[in-house]
Amino acid sequence: MKYHYFPGCSLKGLGRAYEESLLPVMERLGVELHEIEDWNCCGATVYMATDQGNACVLGARNMALAEKNGAGDIVAPCNACYLTLNKAKHCLAESSAIRRNVERAMAEAHLTYSGNLAVRHPLDVLVHDVGLEAIRREVVRPLTKLKVAPYYGCQAVRPQCTFDDQWNPTSMDQVLTALGATVVDYPLKTRCCGGSLTGTVPEAGLRLTYILLQEALRRGAEVIATICPLCQFNLDGYHDQIARRWGAVRIPVVYLTQLMGVAFGMAPDALGLKRNFLPAEPLLAMS
Amino acid sequence: MKLTQKIKYDADRTVGFGESVARLPGCEGLPSCIQCGTCSGTCPMSIYMDLSPRQVIGLVRADFKKEALSCNTIWLCSSCYACTVQCPREIGITEIMYALKQRAIREHTFPAGFPIAILAREFTRMVTRKGRITETLLVMKLFLRANWRAALASWWLGLGLIRTGRFVLRQEQIQGHRELATMLAQTKETGEGGAP
Amino acid sequence: MKVKDDQPLRIGFYVCHCGHNIAGVVDCAAVAQYAATLEGVVLSRDYKYMCSSPGQELIREDIRDHNLNRVVVASCSPLLHEHTFRTAVAAGGLNPFLFQMVNIREHDAWVHTDKAAATDKAKALAAAAIRRVARHRPLETTRAPIHPDVLVVGGGISGIHAALTLANAGKKVYLVERDPSIGGHMAQFDKTFPTLDCAACILTPKMSAVRAHKNIVLWTYSEVAKVEGYVGNYTVTVRRKARYVQEELCVGCQECVEACVFKEPKFPDRFNVGLSRRKPIYMPFPQAVPQAVVIDPERCIELKTGKCKKTCLEACADRHAIDFQQKEELVQIHVGSMIVATGYELFDPRRLPHYGYGRYPDVLTTLECERLISSSGPTGGELRLHSGQAPTAVGFVLCAGSRDYKTNRWCSRTCCMHSMKLAQIIRERTGAEVTLFYIDIRAPGKGGEEFYDRALAQGVKFVRGRVAEVSDCPLSPAEQGKLIVRVEDTLAGMVRRIPLDMVVLAVGMEPQANAQEVRRIMNMSCSAEGWFLEKHPKMAPVSTFTDGVFIAGCCQGPKDIPDSIAQAGAAAAEALALIDAGGIDQEPNTAYISEEDCSGCKSCVDLCPYKAIAFDPVKEKASINAALCKGCGVCVAACPSGSIGQNLFEDQEVFEEIEGVLAHA
Ligand code: SF4
Ligand code: SF4
Repeated sequence: MKYHYFPGCSLKGLGRAYEESLLPVMERLGVELHEIEDWNCCGATVYMATDQGNACVLGARNMALAEKNGAGDIVAPCNACYLTLNKAKHCLAESSAIRRNVERAMAEAHLTYSGNLAVRHPLDVLVHDVGLEAIRREVVRPLTKLKVAPYYGCQAVRPQCTFDDQWNPTSMDQVLTALGATVVDYPLKTRCCGGSLTGTVPEAGLRLTYILLQEALRRGAEVIATICPLCQFNLDGYHDQIARRWGAVRIPVVYLTQLMGVAFGMAPDALGLKRNFLPAEPLLAMS
Repeated sequence: MKLTQKIKYDADRTVGFGESVARLPGCEGLPSCIQCGTCSGTCPMSIYMDLSPRQVIGLVRADFKKEALSCNTIWLCSSCYACTVQCPREIGITEIMYALKQRAIREHTFPAGFPIAILAREFTRMVTRKGRITETLLVMKLFLRANWRAALASWWLGLGLIRTGRFVLRQEQIQGHRELATMLAQTKETGEGGAP
Repeated sequence: MKVKDDQPLRIGFYVCHCGHNIAGVVDCAAVAQYAATLEGVVLSRDYKYMCSSPGQELIREDIRDHNLNRVVVASCSPLLHEHTFRTAVAAGGLNPFLFQMVNIREHDAWVHTDKAAATDKAKALAAAAIRRVARHRPLETTRAPIHPDVLVVGGGISGIHAALTLANAGKKVYLVERDPSIGGHMAQFDKTFPTLDCAACILTPKMSAVRAHKNIVLWTYSEVAKVEGYVGNYTVTVRRKARYVQEELCVGCQECVEACVFKEPKFPDRFNVGLSRRKPIYMPFPQAVPQAVVIDPERCIELKTGKCKKTCLEACADRHAIDFQQKEELVQIHVGSMIVATGYELFDPRRLPHYGYGRYPDVLTTLECERLISSSGPTGGELRLHSGQAPTAVGFVLCAGSRDYKTNRWCSRTCCMHSMKLAQIIRERTGAEVTLFYIDIRAPGKGGEEFYDRALAQGVKFVRGRVAEVSDCPLSPAEQGKLIVRVEDTLAGMVRRIPLDMVVLAVGMEPQANAQEVRRIMNMSCSAEGWFLEKHPKMAPVSTFTDGVFIAGCCQGPKDIPDSIAQAGAAAAEALALIDAGGIDQEPNTAYISEEDCSGCKSCVDLCPYKAIAFDPVKEKASINAALCKGCGVCVAACPSGSIGQNLFEDQEVFEEIEGVLAHA
């Protein structure tokens, strides 16, 4: 199983623990990820908000670079990258004005964008290409008794998502069950974490984060599993500020791939688990 | 008590504004809104918005451009697409919010020092020049430009990042950054940014 | 050009404006002028409404005054007015088949906007018809008899009403119902809007009347398996499922139910939508008709394993009504017409995960709420929460699954009134706070608006906004342990969170899951949504495109009880009109075989879907029985020796028509 890999800025920065766990886990499962050479920022929601035409140029360049290396789907682990690349694809297919625009820009760099490559989320690849059975086979330390709240965030499943339900997705639940964990019924699984608003309008963003953490605790979860670097940062990064405003709601927030790594018997250090603000290792060591 | 007139005259409308938005990709559903309010009820940010998403849709459709571009709604939209998925008319509300943001940035109809707009500007600038985002640098810029107090209040975050090995001050840059800048400049000249 | 009988052609051509419908796009005067130049046309007119009495009079008089021997009318679809014009032609003293109709409305004016091109197209179509009509020969209609018996499919309120109406008029009716009892959805209702009269009180007498009526053969637990034949003469195969109880012998004492080896009822009761339990042997509901128990073969130990003590048999020792040997039966009946009243299904709110149905036990559907407040329901009419307590705050979520592009686009028409009815009953009986969340209140019809007023006066709260989400995630102590509705109060212009004890989803109506199958069996059409399609939405609302098959009630589209009954009455009247006409004029578009050309290959014999072709082994020739031929044309196309012709579709007629169009182009 070979894929083009688009890490995105976060996986090289704040979300590096995601990459640190994603790569070994995928390798263990026989998934080859080839990082797109000299990829650029996807533009995220921010660029789309400023200039949709140029945001599509950013996406198209990445996809064109991947195309140069041959066929295969692109894997984008960050929810925002996943959404933005897909959206650029969509806009290019729908709007001739944007297409003309992008073609001009591509010509400048001697690149060609055909739009033939699919952009996929690792969760999709895990459930549909790798398969739950293969995941189950790799489990050496089942996460028995660990109560996990699966938090998908918004942009992995909305709006175009084809691999799962947009409101009540279940693919991560299935992976967690395959790891032996107990999945907590978590109705807020696709509720927004606040995204970049946590930085720009903290009073609004932090409240969303607070509600997510509190509800996970109320439902008896011991840890929250995420699949997006921004979600992980928002949920893990502001425990102190939240405690000051609304009281403590302390619950570790880790990447799904970190939980997989632990279940696969990998060392926590190798999975970036040290990078959490609120450490999760004690919990994971127990299980 | 100070009285202000709430009435709107037809002269207050920018005739054709609604249609121009509805022509953008993803915004075609605008005319079919039934004002049910599902978008507002679903929106996680609506509790802070001065106009609910439904009201914004109504204003855009009725050509009230000034009102639609000056509300805080379009900036508080976190692009979570919850409304889009739930709208019974399958209207691309999030896309319409994007379109309004683009328009407001182009026409500078947002408050000075408004952090969301500043983030947008700094982010775009960094991507255009370097090809990648270095988050810690970006956040520092944002705090410096927008709000000193916020910058001080989050010193601890910086400390935490250093502790967890995530505090990066070296700007990431792609090899083809010059080429990328030229590519992006292409669209500026023609003004075909896809914006309304 | 000459006609066969050597009279010179004298064609009259008429083009209809249809008000603005045609004249708005097609230049009718120009078409008339053009037609006047064509061979054989001696008179050409345009007129505002050809189908009006003066329009028909015009044709009649022209035939007499101008000695016309052919008539062409360019107007709407022949489905609508071919019969009208043929009658006018006949009234003028001409054989009605020396007439041809051109559709320049549906085929031209309504589908084009370019006036010049549309006018051109009208001319081409007119030219085609004028050339064709020259080839027409006089034909005679035949009259086929009509079987006076009627089949009614579906024993809900529509089917019951239709059956009773026909039976009261002296016709024999077969009423076939899929469930073990008739009554349909109405039997599950507590009261009916807007009068709030007790549903059982008005329905039960009609159900008993069906049972008692000497003209009605009632077959419950039965389904239509096959329909053959045509209007006036249908052969229907009905599958009578095994009830394992002899209906005629059972008196409904239910001692067997008492005696069943299952001491406690264990299985979800369909009548109470799963809110109560029943045993493997059960009475569908107290007022069921027929009053006969039924055994569920999926649950009965004897039927599943053959190893039961059969205590029920003992309990029924003197009547011997229970019969484990009973088998499914196929019965054939002959009827002349059929009324389909198969009803609807409710939308499954599990398709809306954000409303929490199936996740939170106190999120109910309107039908479940209906059963909870019904005195014959599982709680004896007391509204209770899952916990057993009485709710103090109840909310109704309207349009659950309706008016939504992702689920059902249509408005189900009854949910507003239904919810307001339940809201009023709850206010009256429990005093609980009731809030109705709505997009638009639709309370049209007699007494509808007054019903809305009454709900307002009773203190039912109305919040205008489509509910975004029902959750149990509290954000304040007041919300603890409650269901929280998140909604924009669009009139107040703000988002609200409202804690409630019970949330009732006003689920809409959908076509039955097997609607497509029924459609195929009955040879009907469906709308895109899956409702059975009426022949014309205004002019023929209970007829279908298959003659002799009528529809009534919610299988045609969502409607309330008064409308269902009105439709059922209309369908019964249509069936009566058909029967009492004594016979049916058959279109003479039948196929015929020219005996000298037939090579005797028999290809056509098996192809005919109506079994109209017989083969004479002595002469070695095939022949067609005109009374059975429906004019489908299959054999005409199949005959390798080209020896089959068809009236009204003669090769020469069709070729002339094609030539006519091409000549103009
Ligand atoms: S949810 Fe859709 S239809 Fe309803 S108010 Fe919002 S945009 Fe309009
Ligand atoms: S197909 Fe034609 S030739 Fe053959 S039996 Fe029928 S009519 Fe005769």
